[in-house]
Amino acid sequence: MQQTLEQKPPVSPKVSAPPMAPTFSIPEPAQMPVSADYKTVGVPLVENAKFAMRDVNVFYGEKQAVFNVNLDIGENEVIAMIGPSGCGKSTFLRCLNRMNDTIDICRVTGSIQLDGEEIYASKMDVVPLRARVGMVFQKPNPFPKSIYENVAYGPKIHGLASRRVDLDEIVETSLRRAGLWEEVKDRLDAPGTGLSGGQQQRLCIARTIAVSPEVILMDEPCSALDPIATAKIEELIAELSQNYTIAIVTHSMQQAARVSHRTAYFHLGKLIEVNDTQKVFTTPDHALTEAYITGRFG
Amino acid sequence: MDNLNLNQHISHQFNEDLEHLRTQFLEMGGLVEEQVTDAVRAIETADGSLAEKVRRTESEIDRRELELDRQCMMVLARRQPAASDLRLVLMVIRATADLERIGDEANKVAKMAIALNEDGVSPRGYVELRHIASGVLKLVNLALDAFARFDVDSAKIVVRDDSLVDQEYRTAIRELVTYMMEDPRSISRVMNIMWALRALERIGDHARNIAEHVIYLVHGMDVRHMPFKELEEQIEKRNGNKK
Repeated sequence: MQQTLEQKPPVSPKVSAPPMAPTFSIPEPAQMPVSADYKTVGVPLVENAKFAMRDVNVFYGEKQAVFNVNLDIGENEVIAMIGPSGCGKSTFLRCLNRMNDTIDICRVTGSIQLDGEEIYASKMDVVPLRARVGMVFQKPNPFPKSIYENVAYGPKIHGLASRRVDLDEIVETSLRRAGLWEEVKDRLDAPGTGLSGGQQQRLCIARTIAVSPEVILMDEPCSALDPIATAKIEELIAELSQNYTIAIVTHSMQQAARVSHRTAYFHLGKLIEVNDTQKVFTTPDHALTEAYITGRFG
Repeated sequence: MDNLNLNQHISHQFNEDLEHLRTQFLEMGGLVEEQVTDAVRAIETADGSLAEKVRRTESEIDRRELELDRQCMMVLARRQPAASDLRLVLMVIRATADLERIGDEANKVAKMAIALNEDGVSPRGYVELRHIASGVLKLVNLALDAFARFDVDSAKIVVRDDSLVDQEYRTAIRELVTYMMEDPRSISRVMNIMWALRALERIGDHARNIAEHVIYLVHGMDVRHMPFKELEEQIEKRNGNKK
């Protein structure tokens, strides 16, 4: 039985360098560039919408910064907005509590509803609106007052508490929820600006939740913080999401992946894709999203 | 937008890391393919030294498996890859295990070649062996090709044709069992060929796994444990959605 293998099997072992494309290529062809009447892919609308935005456009003078955004933010949802610098995500976020009103040349069109109420209606008062929709900024900005006063200020001016005991209770609960109480309970009279950066940011969050908002907007809340303080804030976001609706703008994609339920990707003022965070970071629908989160531009 | 090259990461090093994973994997694949070819040839030509060579090279494959695992871990730890990059790393981790198992099975075939040399050649089974081996080698080759070119169509063919190999394997076994009943004195020798066939059939299964990983890599769909028909429908549906 000495059969020889006459014809070599149809194989050429690839031990030497394999023939392949010079670069790693994105498997899916792209729908690029984004046209003027671009329609968001993914799942921008949800059933239990807290915020409902329809055809939102934002202009700075002549220049349009946000194009035709349709998006819902669900009750008790954490939604992350990501995208390269200047893509309109912060501008969009600031529309949600009319923070852009302070900029004269800024104009917003379309419909933004909070619990079915048009927030850009002329009869809408922005003071109670901003109590309902609180905001945390990139740089911690405590008032130049004591830690206690920082937290108590909001409830006082909104008339949520008049007696000292009630105020004390609000300050304590807010600081506790922000994970700061244990660190500052013995020095509530110390100035808020004397805390570390991470503590200041948590103080700002405590200040925000002291007025019992329904929605918290966060504009890169961790970009000025060290990893430990960042981790604490992220932990806090997870905790807060049980009672609050949270919209967070972040430059850190890993942060978006860690904290959010849904992720929205903005590009040049357009909302490219909204999907469950897990989907966005494993199998995004749009090639631009893919290119951004894999670090191919941004 | 116009002058962006979306095929390149901003980080050059990251590009190179992923590219390196890919090349290393394909090299390991080429080596494994050679092992299977050599092991089959060792049986067919009763070439003991070739079988010994296969058994020696086995350790090289194990070493490459560990090395690839280490590199995948490094990329995960240092780059936190996402989307297609993440799928590539996951795919390499999984498929490396399959390649290593293919190497093990080739080693078994080589062992049988040595056993056949010692016990004497089997009176039957060589035709089947050659037939199944060529089918299996084609699967392995196609699966690696599918990976090299991110080619779902080739991957689909591997998944489909693996069941043909399984079928041929069952037919061959039935035939050899019949023969052994007719001539019990040949049992130990025929058994050697049967073990080799069994190993080849397993290699086909691993090639199928690799092809399934390729589909995961390209489309992000987990198609493991899925009948071929369903798999085809799912891919069809996905392509329809894309258009």
